[in-house]
Parts: sequence; C-alpha cells; structure tokens
Amino acid sequence: MNINEHSHHTPGTEQHLTQWIIPQLILALPFVILLCMYILAALRSSRNKPWPLYRTVIWLIGNILAVAALAGPLAALAHTNFIAHMLSHLLLGMLAPLLMVMAAPMTLLLGMLSIPLAKRLTRIMRSWPLRMLTHPMITSSLNIGGLWLLYTTNLYSLMHESILLYLIVHFHLFAAGYLFTVSIIYIDPVHHRYSYMYRSIVLVISLAGHGVLSKIIYAHPPAGIPLDQATLGSMLMYYGGDAIDIMLMFTLCMHWFRSTRPRTDLTMRKSTI
Amino acid sequence: MYLPNVNDEQDSKVKNRYVFSRRNLWSGFLFGIGLVAFIDETVFHQLLHWHHFYDKSTSEVGLISDGLFHAFSWFATIGGLFMFADLRRRHTLWLTRWWGGILLGAGTFQLYDGLIQHKLMRLHQIRYVENVMVYDLIWNIIAAVLFLIGLGLIYRTRSRLQAEKAIAHEHQ
Repeated sequence: MNINEHSHHTPGTEQHLTQWIIPQLILALPFVILLCMYILAALRSSRNKPWPLYRTVIWLIGNILAVAALAGPLAALAHTNFIAHMLSHLLLGMLAPLLMVMAAPMTLLLGMLSIPLAKRLTRIMRSWPLRMLTHPMITSSLNIGGLWLLYTTNLYSLMHESILLYLIVHFHLFAAGYLFTVSIIYIDPVHHRYSYMYRSIVLVISLAGHGVLSKIIYAHPPAGIPLDQATLGSMLMYYGGDAIDIMLMFTLCMHWFRSTRPRTDLTMRKSTI
Repeated sequence: MYLPNVNDEQDSKVKNRYVFSRRNLWSGFLFGIGLVAFIDETVFHQLLHWHHFYDKSTSEVGLISDGLFHAFSWFATIGGLFMFADLRRRHTLWLTRWWGGILLGAGTFQLYDGLIQHKLMRLHQIRYVENVMVYDLIWNIIAAVLFLIGLGLIYRTRSRLQAEKAIAHEHQ
C-alpha cells in the first residue's frame, strides 16, 4: 500500500501528480477498453441488423463522464476540493451508470455471441450469486450503504491517503451505481423480475437515504473539509441526486405505461370502426 | 350489422370510468402531493428563501421524514402524470374525481408538512420571523380547505358511482 502523507497539503506538486497518475490510469483504462469493445461490437452487429445509433452515443457519453470523474483535471481537483469531489461522484456513481445501462450492453453482447456461448452466459446470469447482486434491496444497500460508510466515518480522509482504498472506493462507487440502476430499470434482459411497485418503493427509499445523507453532510461534514465547500457540496449531492433519480423514475414509470397498454381495447375499436 | 352510435360510445365511456374510478383517485392524489411539494420547493425554498435547507433544531426523525417525503413527492408527480396519461388513453378520465384526488393529496401533504414536519419535528419554519404563528395559521387553514373541498368532490363522485352501480344491478 502506498501512503502519500502530503496529498492534502501540497496539491498540484510534481510528487502529487506522479503519485496519483497510476491509480487514475488503473481506474480509467477499463472504461476506454469497454468503449472500444462496445463500438466494435456495434459495428459488427450492424452488418446483420442495425444497432441503434443512440445506444452507442449514450454509451460513449457515459464512458466519457466516468473517465472525466476518474482522471484528468476534475479528478485531480477532487482530491482537495469537496465540490469537485461531489461532482465527480455524481458523474461516476449515478449519471455514467444510468447512461451505460440505457445503452443495453448485455443485449449487444448476447447478440454477438454464438448460441452455445450466449446460452452459457445466460445461465451464469441466472445463477444465484448474480441474482443476489441484482436484487433491488441488495443493490440499494450496497449503493446507499457504501455512501454512508464513506461520509459518516473517517473513510473519506483515509481514502485520500491510501491509493488502495482510493481504488476500492471508486470501483465500488461505479459498480454499486451500475448494479442499482440495472436492478431498478429493465433495459437488458432480466431473468428474475420484480414488480413495478416493488422497484418504485426501493427507488424512493434509496433517494430518501441519499437526501438524508446529504443533509447530514451539510450539518456534520467529514473532517478536513472547509465549511463553505461542505455546504455547496452537500447541496450539489442533494439536488444532483434528485435530478438523476428523476430520470430513473421517469424511465420506470414509462415502462409501466407501456406495459399496461390496453391491447384488447384497441383491437375492439378497430373491429367496430 | 353493428354501427356504434354516439349514445353507445357515451355509455361505454361512463361505464369505463367507473371501472377505473380508483385509478382516477390515485392519479389525482399522487399528483396533488407532487404539486404541493413542487410549489414548496420552488417558491418557498428557492425563490423566497423562507424555508431553510437544514435547520439546527431539526430532529433525526424529521430529517428522515423530510427525506422520504421529498423523494416520494418526485415519484408521485411522475407516477401520477403517467397514470393520468393512461386514463386518457383508455378514455376513462373522470375529471371531477381526479380533481378531488388532487385537492385531497395537496391538502393532506400540506397539513402533514405544516403540522407534523414544521411544528412537531421542527424541520424548519415557514419563515424566520417573530410572528410565525400567523404564517402557520394561514398555511394550515389553506391546507384544511383544500382537503375538505377534495373530500367533498370525491364524496360526490362516490354517490354517483353507487347510484350507477345500483341501476346496473336492476338492469341485470
């Protein structure tokens, strides 16, 4: 484990930059690889049946936002500035996962694979560990629980001193955000579906947990954060979380609206006209 | 040969809305909660800055209640409107009942906010002035009036609903 004792006090120095360049690369590289794989797969699958362009575009935007949160100027500023930290967390933990889920990567992947391979992948996705990992209750606990752990214990300050912890926290943030989104809105094939009501309740409670935590940060910020940054950062978390969860709610309700379409009524009217 | 006439269509419309009377009420109720929460957030928090984001006397249970209602009100707005769209799509919208639901939802939430959240849980006050009592009175009286009008409208549609059901029974 690499300890950088001065990261708080000497931002932007040579030593600081070289120290954090490796974790930035480790975190950002998977997204670059995922982006390339997706584009290649979309191009190949378009030979048979065109893969919708908007899905590729939102995958691209999602990956760019994730990389922006993990490497580059925003990520560097996030080490010392709590507002930048919050912005990067909203991007990495909420917006990038939402966009990437909307891009339906599993559907693209399953379409690319040969039938035996696709069957094997489906079997793995049906297995109980993966079903557990996409259960709305578990994903929301991982997601919101992780945030509570980060901001109400001294994990936040420890994270800026240990590169290993930094890597774990940021990986967890994205993974938990992605799994949570997958468990709430069904874009890719889902084997064990939960009702709209169930997912709505979990979503509302999660957003409430997010909101309550941001007000607690507002009142009792983690150690070492200047008061003005804590105020703005926590409000950014509160309203930013609202904005992104509204998109989740909209999608969930729209899926309900489509699924409850009155089919019989329409056919009846057609036959009488 | 069967030709639908205007009366038939009118008839089925009326029948349909009885089948979906509960959804009419729920759609309005949810949207009413969302509407009041939205006005509270935009007017009192953001424009007037009367309400505070966090008040030092906020209790823990107040924080949780606020978080839940804040999250739920967003969901209620969106869900209520999608239900409204569904009722229109089915030609089962019953405006009187829907409005009854809105006023009932709005009144309920404003009463809860005004009595439980502001006074009991001391989440924040309506305005940080000396005679906050006047603000509280106006706030809660408006809430009670909305609640009662909503209840009245729902009662009216309910008695029509029961009358229609009785007639339908007689015809069988």
